Amino acid sequence: MTRYFTDEHEWIDVDGGQATVGITDYAQGQLGDIVFVELPAIGAAVTKGGEAAVVESVKAASDVYAPVSGTVTAANDALGDDPSLVNSAPEGEGWFFKLTLADAGELEGLMDAAAYQAFVASL
Amino acid sequence: MSAINQSGWRPEMGPAEMGQAGHDAGATFTGNRALMLEEPLLFEIGRPDASGVDLPETVLMENRLGGMMRAAQVDLPGLSEPETVRHYTRLSRQNYAIDLGLFPLGSCTMKHNPRLNEKMARLPGFADIHPLQPVQSVQGALGLIHELAEWLKTLTGMAAVAMSPKAGAHGELCGLLAIRAAHDAAGSDRSVILVPESAHGTNPATAAFCGYKVENIPATAEGRVDLAALVSRLGPDVAGVMITNPNTCGLFERDMKKISDAVHAAGGYVYCDGANFNAIVGRVRPGDLGIDAMHINLHKTFSTPHGGGGPGSGPVVLSAALAPYAPLPFVERHGDRYELVEEETAGEHHAGTFGRMVAFHGQMGMFTRALTYILSHGADGLRQVAEDAVLNANYLLRSLDDVLVAPFGATGPCMHEALFSDDNFAEGFSTLDLAKGLIDEGYHPMTVYFPLVVHGAMLMEPTETESKAALDQFIGAIRSLAVRAKAGDPLLKSAPHFAPRRRLDETQAARKPVLIWQPPLVAEAAE
Repeated sequence: MTRYFTDEHEWIDVDGGQATVGITDYAQGQLGDIVFVELPAIGAAVTKGGEAAVVESVKAASDVYAPVSGTVTAANDALGDDPSLVNSAPEGEGWFFKLTLADAGELEGLMDAAAYQAFVASL
Repeated sequence: MSAINQSGWRPEMGPAEMGQAGHDAGATFTGNRALMLEEPLLFEIGRPDASGVDLPETVLMENRLGGMMRAAQVDLPGLSEPETVRHYTRLSRQNYAIDLGLFPLGSCTMKHNPRLNEKMARLPGFADIHPLQPVQSVQGALGLIHELAEWLKTLTGMAAVAMSPKAGAHGELCGLLAIRAAHDAAGSDRSVILVPESAHGTNPATAAFCGYKVENIPATAEGRVDLAALVSRLGPDVAGVMITNPNTCGLFERDMKKISDAVHAAGGYVYCDGANFNAIVGRVRPGDLGIDAMHINLHKTFSTPHGGGGPGSGPVVLSAALAPYAPLPFVERHGDRYELVEEETAGEHHAGTFGRMVAFHGQMGMFTRALTYILSHGADGLRQVAEDAVLNANYLLRSLDDVLVAPFGATGPCMHEALFSDDNFAEGFSTLDLAKGLIDEGYHPMTVYFPLVVHGAMLMEPTETESKAALDQFIGAIRSLAVRAKAGDPLLKSAPHFAPRRRLDETQAARKPVLIWQPPLVAEAAE
């Protein structure tokens, strides 16, 4: 399994043709306390860079973009009852949705952990 | 017997919570503190069997509800008239209002509402009429709508105006529907609206509501629209752009004409969010900048009440290209007579209309107030409004940019509002703490965490209403709070201390809102 990052502060774990998407620890820190998460419907087609979910904090509502194109296979229903999971475990239990990759080639150009850390440090 | 205050303050809060101003005089029986009155909820003071009016007993001759008849009492609280009046008057004393002091909400233009406006709006010929009266009996009111419309067209340099939209976002909807109608009429199925990062948050929502896909255009380091990025994105799928000018960074979009020309050349239309028109009224005509549609918040620039004080009103000015699609109804002048163009008559000379947005003409009471404001200022006075509003904002900006970080302060003067970030606060302190401290200082906080392009944004708009003395006192308050935030003063972290309620848990209020009042059964059982 390999984890990639986007410059919009999403992470994506890729395992064969399946992937899990969430927002980074840096993103949840910037957003502050998360109060609501809107997840994509299972079966929905998402396109790379397109809006896939919405995360709402006490400060702002923000779009979460799909790091790659694909078809949504699961959404993290636990976030409906407890959106604070995104704050407490953004890169684990606080995952947003899973998808089947449409084109593994789209992973090229995403950052690895080291590159993302450097990117965050530059902000 | 229990005291009336069952839900709030605060005998249990102890001496430390009584504020820094004096010693603990002990809790009162009522929870009141002299003129600071505790007020229970309507449900706590009302009784289901009480009523402020005597209604005759009604006997239902025939029950036609079938099985839908209500089985149980609704349990709405009933109150007498004096109880009701006192309840809301007491609550209003805990509120902040433009009539109480400087109201620095950025992008909201909380200016003074002149009392002359109120006097005119109460004239019976404007106040006591009905929208379905025969038009020959309301010629004065229609004449007023027409005259206001002419002023708005003149001030903006635009061909037409739709008076009926009820507020800013409704005006955006009107403008986007007109753009959509124009594309439909041309047989075009353009699907994308471009929205810069520095636009108002309602803009992308409006575009999405109209069925458009929204794409963001980045801002430059100077806080303005990235012209090159916008131009490179234009194409046959772009229906238009929505730009706020002056933008939410308090900056004038200097490239506006170039943007409009490029969008028009690519076959799109330009919507301008006119919420910040106060900064340029009398100085800039948006029509000269190539704008096709712009809403005007009468409740901002033209001094009609808002923020709980009254309904909004958002007329939309339209370019000649979009005028044929304007909504119904509207007022037309025929010699010395005014007519309403409605569905029955529109087919003859306004067949392109996209339809009707509201039942009647719009916010008549706001039209009266806005025209009063315009006529009492005159063209030269309106120009001075913009100049003084910009001057006041720049006085704020330059009086604070040594204690707060002004992200775009180095790029030149601002327009009507000054923008700061919390970048220089102590670890663990943020914009929220300064805003809460401002409540203790007796001000409504500024706009916070917007625009999103600035970290911990604080957006302050003083408007032309404020005198130098009022600005100096506000500046003193902000400077004091900025020093405390930078020093990490723990008392600021727990502010407000003097408000009717202490710092609320906004996170839990959003995550687990309690929206239904429950009678305090447990407390009663214990007595």
